[in-house]
Amino acid sequence: MDNGKRIRWTEFVIETTIRVLGFSSIGLVILIFVFLLREGVPTFWEVELSNLFSSKWYPTFGLFGTLPLILGSILITVTAIVIALPLGLMTAILIREVAPPWTREILKPLIEILAGIPSVVLGFFGMTAVAPLLRELLGFPTGLSAFAGALILAYMALPTMISVAEDALDAVPKSYRDAALAMGATEWQTIWRVTVPAARSGIVTAVMLGLGRAIGETMAVMMVTGNAARMPITLDSLFRPARTMTATIAAEMGEVAQGSVHYHVLFGIGIILFVLTFLINLTAALTIFQKRRTGGLR
Amino acid sequence: MKQYLEVFIVLLLCLAGCTATPNATQTPSLPAQIIENKGSDTLVNLALAWAETYMQEHPDVRISVTGGGSGTGIAAMINGTVDIANASREMKEQEKEAARANGIEPIEFVVAWDAIAVVVHPSNPVDHLTLQQISDIYTGKITNWRQVGGENRPIVLLSRESNSGTYVYFLEHVLRQGDSKSELLFSPDTLLMPSSEGISTEIRQNPNAIGYDGLGYVTDDQKMVAIARSPEGPFVLPSIETVNDGTYPISRPLFMYTAGEPTGAIKEYLTWILGDGQAVVSQLGFVPLKKE
Repeated sequence: MDNGKRIRWTEFVIETTIRVLGFSSIGLVILIFVFLLREGVPTFWEVELSNLFSSKWYPTFGLFGTLPLILGSILITVTAIVIALPLGLMTAILIREVAPPWTREILKPLIEILAGIPSVVLGFFGMTAVAPLLRELLGFPTGLSAFAGALILAYMALPTMISVAEDALDAVPKSYRDAALAMGATEWQTIWRVTVPAARSGIVTAVMLGLGRAIGETMAVMMVTGNAARMPITLDSLFRPARTMTATIAAEMGEVAQGSVHYHVLFGIGIILFVLTFLINLTAALTIFQKRRTGGLR
Repeated sequence: MKQYLEVFIVLLLCLAGCTATPNATQTPSLPAQIIENKGSDTLVNLALAWAETYMQEHPDVRISVTGGGSGTGIAAMINGTVDIANASREMKEQEKEAARANGIEPIEFVVAWDAIAVVVHPSNPVDHLTLQQISDIYTGKITNWRQVGGENRPIVLLSRESNSGTYVYFLEHVLRQGDSKSELLFSPDTLLMPSSEGISTEIRQNPNAIGYDGLGYVTDDQKMVAIARSPEGPFVLPSIETVNDGTYPISRPLFMYTAGEPTGAIKEYLTWILGDGQAVVSQLGFVPLKKE
């Protein structure tokens, strides 16, 4: 009896602790969001919308056109994913379907190490090695360009994409592969027509997570993209400098006077970024959800 | 980068604080004079060097130096939280009014000069430009080196970030050439580099690039351009001599401001800066005041 009471009591303490910890992390997210809103929302009445969504970003002179920054972020992120998707998918297929087990044992940890390289190191590498190479090989006026940023971001998004895509391939039941092979399909046909389509939603999640990782990256991007707030609307924009939302916040927040219009606009950009990332994550979650409901694989 | 600089300064201050403590115990009769010094990031290294040298000679005085920008320093001086504000620009009229409204009459001291050098890749044949040409290059009117007597190459514009005092100075005095009604802005194609190191790395590597920065930040592997006010010349390279005789056109005074006429330890410190302290200035790449 006494013993039972004690167990119930410890049980209660542990459960409560876990509950408090769980809710506090949610609470923190909410607090951050409220702070972001409080500091950023004044933007939308302090600055006219026609100014806020114009193409001129000269914050020192009251021109707060965020359009070049938003488009710059989108251009660089989308390009990064276009580069990273085939590479990531192929690597995942290699690791899961093609490579012998001992190669897999070497490759997997190596890819996890990739994820651990600090972004400032990649940025420095991009600034001193990738950018000059791009200028010399492809004849850009300067290597510090949207493309250099996209290359570095693709590299940074790869580890996430590879491990998530690999998990998705891993979840495809062996019976699918066996059935395909038994019907006379070659190994390549099995991979491309059966395994990959079956893992499709997991691969979409991998892309979305990579996208989320890429759009929020700051340091490396700030170092290699040149940070010129030009509108990326011409055909050659990919090979010209660009400025992202994250780099703008990081570069300008340090010296802006607290409570000034410029300060609020930087938080406003934070809100825009938050909304974009949220939409990306939502899409990823919906894809998984839909697939589960229709009874497919994750 | 700024944050790292601040952390570094705070660490330095801690160190300074630690080393100062034993001195204080040795001479308990002397209360330490504390001078708070805050402001421009351009000036911060120089102010730090001054403070360190001065504290070695005067162990009874403690000087704390922080950056944060000219505006931050001036605001703190107006609010009475610091004794000396460092500024890489003159106080604005509104700031002076705010100070007077607070019962403070700011006193200005020019403590050193800073020349802004225009730099290109060493292989670039262009070695002289007029202010008008530099203005046209940075506003995007001139886009090819051929138009200013160079090779047929596109021009890549490099600048500091827009919150830097150097950016504002360059815009007002080079792009707009001091015309307060002018609304010229940097071309949107201008690459805004987060640090001086970013500019020098790109200048070193890229024969298309043109950049500007404080004379103290120019290394040997960058080529400085001689500059003239008018096409007839004379074209002048930046140096201590040409800044002092006024022939180099892009140089600016660096300021310290005090709240009212300085007295006591602050007065002694400023007198030392304007006198013996000038010996440190050129070591940090700034231009010392002319000897009277």
